Amino acid sequence: MLQIVNLKVEIEGKEILKGISLNVKKGEIHAIMGPNGSGKSTLASVLAGKDFGDITEGKITYMGKNLLEMAAEDRSKEGIFLGFQYPTEIPGVSMVNFMKTALNEHRKYRGLEPLSSSDFLKLMREKKDLVKIESGLTNRSVNEGFSGGEKKRNEIFQMAILEPKLAILDETDSGLDIDALRIVANGVNQLKTPENATIVITHYQRLLDYIIPDVVHVLYDGKIVKTGGKELAVELEKKGYDWIKKDVDIVSYG
Amino acid sequence: MDNREATIKRFSDLLRDNRNRIEKNSAGLLNSFREEAIKQFAELGLPDRKNESYKYTNLEPWFNANYKSYFVPEAADFRAAENFKCEVTDLDSYNLVLLNGFPPRYNGIMAGLPEGIWVGSLTEAAERYPGIVEKHYGKYAHNGKDGLIPLNTALASDGVFVYMEKGITLHKPIQIINLVHSDGDMFVQHRNLIIVEDNAELPIIVCDHALSPQKFLTNAVTEVYVGENAHFDILRVQNEHNNAAKLTHTFIHQEKSSHAVSNNITLHGGLVRNSTYHRLNGEGAECNAFGLYFTDRWQHVDNFVSIDHASPNCISNQLFKGVLDDYATGAFNGRILVNKGAQKTLAYQKNNTILLTDDAKMDSKPQLEIYADDVKCSHGATIGQLDEDALFYLRSRGIDKNEARLMLMFGFAREVIDNIHTEALRERIDELVLKRLRGELSRCTTCTINCDK
Repeated sequence: MLQIVNLKVEIEGKEILKGISLNVKKGEIHAIMGPNGSGKSTLASVLAGKDFGDITEGKITYMGKNLLEMAAEDRSKEGIFLGFQYPTEIPGVSMVNFMKTALNEHRKYRGLEPLSSSDFLKLMREKKDLVKIESGLTNRSVNEGFSGGEKKRNEIFQMAILEPKLAILDETDSGLDIDALRIVANGVNQLKTPENATIVITHYQRLLDYIIPDVVHVLYDGKIVKTGGKELAVELEKKGYDWIKKDVDIVSYG
Repeated sequence: MDNREATIKRFSDLLRDNRNRIEKNSAGLLNSFREEAIKQFAELGLPDRKNESYKYTNLEPWFNANYKSYFVPEAADFRAAENFKCEVTDLDSYNLVLLNGFPPRYNGIMAGLPEGIWVGSLTEAAERYPGIVEKHYGKYAHNGKDGLIPLNTALASDGVFVYMEKGITLHKPIQIINLVHSDGDMFVQHRNLIIVEDNAELPIIVCDHALSPQKFLTNAVTEVYVGENAHFDILRVQNEHNNAAKLTHTFIHQEKSSHAVSNNITLHGGLVRNSTYHRLNGEGAECNAFGLYFTDRWQHVDNFVSIDHASPNCISNQLFKGVLDDYATGAFNGRILVNKGAQKTLAYQKNNTILLTDDAKMDSKPQLEIYADDVKCSHGATIGQLDEDALFYLRSRGIDKNEARLMLMFGFAREVIDNIHTEALRERIDELVLKRLRGELSRCTTCTINCDK
């Protein structure tokens, strides 16, 4: 589904991603772990099409297409979804109008008629239950005045409505208490099908107790330095990132 | 003779040459103000950019044109007006159409109006109800520095008069549709007087339209008296073309415990200058002054607001927002004057503008003069671009860039629109603003006369 080959990204002259290669197949859950500043969020933003930094080398193929040539909105319509680490507050734009516009753009792209208001509201009600989002929130402006947990749940709620093929969840667990974490993880698991794939970006192993990954990658200093099964996450949690850092630093200095 | 003197002479001559016609068509009371007003205009002249409150607006090019002045309405002119359907007309309201500043004269008997309300021509009202008109006419429209006000007093022969008796409540708004229509460039002046007696409630909508492509200059003065515990709400929707200049001066005088809301929504216009004055004359009075402006090409919109806290325990709130595109320019000047005795004043002001291009330009100026010591005042101004993060957020959900920009602009405008409490009207304004942002709003959408130039 997604092939990243030797991706290098510079931001303001500084190389942030230093040659990432990654292969995600449908039905898989990949976890990308790593300490702060290792480039996790940069990778997520590049995949979603944020216009920043320079891609100096490498290529990304998604469903057989060159992803880097696609505008952010087209990536979304092709099934890519980014769950933001810090969802943006947009005063004056209602959740209902936002999601209805987005969904109907997706439908138009697939040659479908737009959903009527009543059908859309029905869909919203169904999906709200999935992440236990309060009715009140969807009547408000996008993320405006939402608590940290509400913002993250709102991301999963949007994911539930848009039903992406490839979801990239950027630190969806940060700032969540254990109950909220369970709700979010539960939402992600329920949306899982053999046809779609998920990339979970996280700092802690905690989320991976609830979303069981097939593959775990460790990103450090702009490179994937270790790849393994779900046991790698457990080992990381036990030994800490210093263990990885030491290994890598020895290699680079040695 | 320099420009300033030449302009003064031109308008003094205009009055002298047409005085007979104007006075014959107007009321004795209005006529009794003319001599003094033209003298005052001669002293002040047109406000130029040396005048602090006109620093960002250059009126001169609009006044140095050859206009035909319209002093006496002709019956035939009203035919075009009758055919006009305003964008907001499907709203349940009492409509009054003014053509080139003149209301039809029908003895103030508008179909279906409840008792205790009189709506019609000011000139007619001055003859029929001299006591009431005399008590209020010319009492509130004072600035002392703005020559456009005495110019209006000197030359205007008619306008709208609205009178609400004590305790009368009008739930359906009165809609005043100002049309300008001419086969030559035209200078229009009208003078309105609105009286809302104690405990009465009056919502008014004013729509400004230009029906023909000629160059128009309108200088309109409106005086409003809001009695004790009375409520007054005025919403102005401006949708003229790039060849039209609209100068409005609205003076709202508020007595004890009264509430007043003014809202100026500017969708189109070559030059628009709205001066809105709220005088909080009695204790416990409250006012909201709102504004929303959209400009593109070479348009210019200037909102001047003056809140005069003359009594203690009053509350005022100003909120003005706008989006400027292309080479358009805008200005906001918000004055808050808290007089010495006006303790426990609460006064707020906010002006936010989005510039869509590097060439668009906005000047925002708060002007707080506080002479009391126990007051709470705040002001804030921002001028910026669309939020890039928000734009990416919307796009990342599949909404294309243009639509996402539109949603952000519309979201930005919402804060002002949400203050319109009548649902049907709010939805109508929503629709108009959205159309404006999409570029689908012609000058007068439903108008059959094509005046797109």
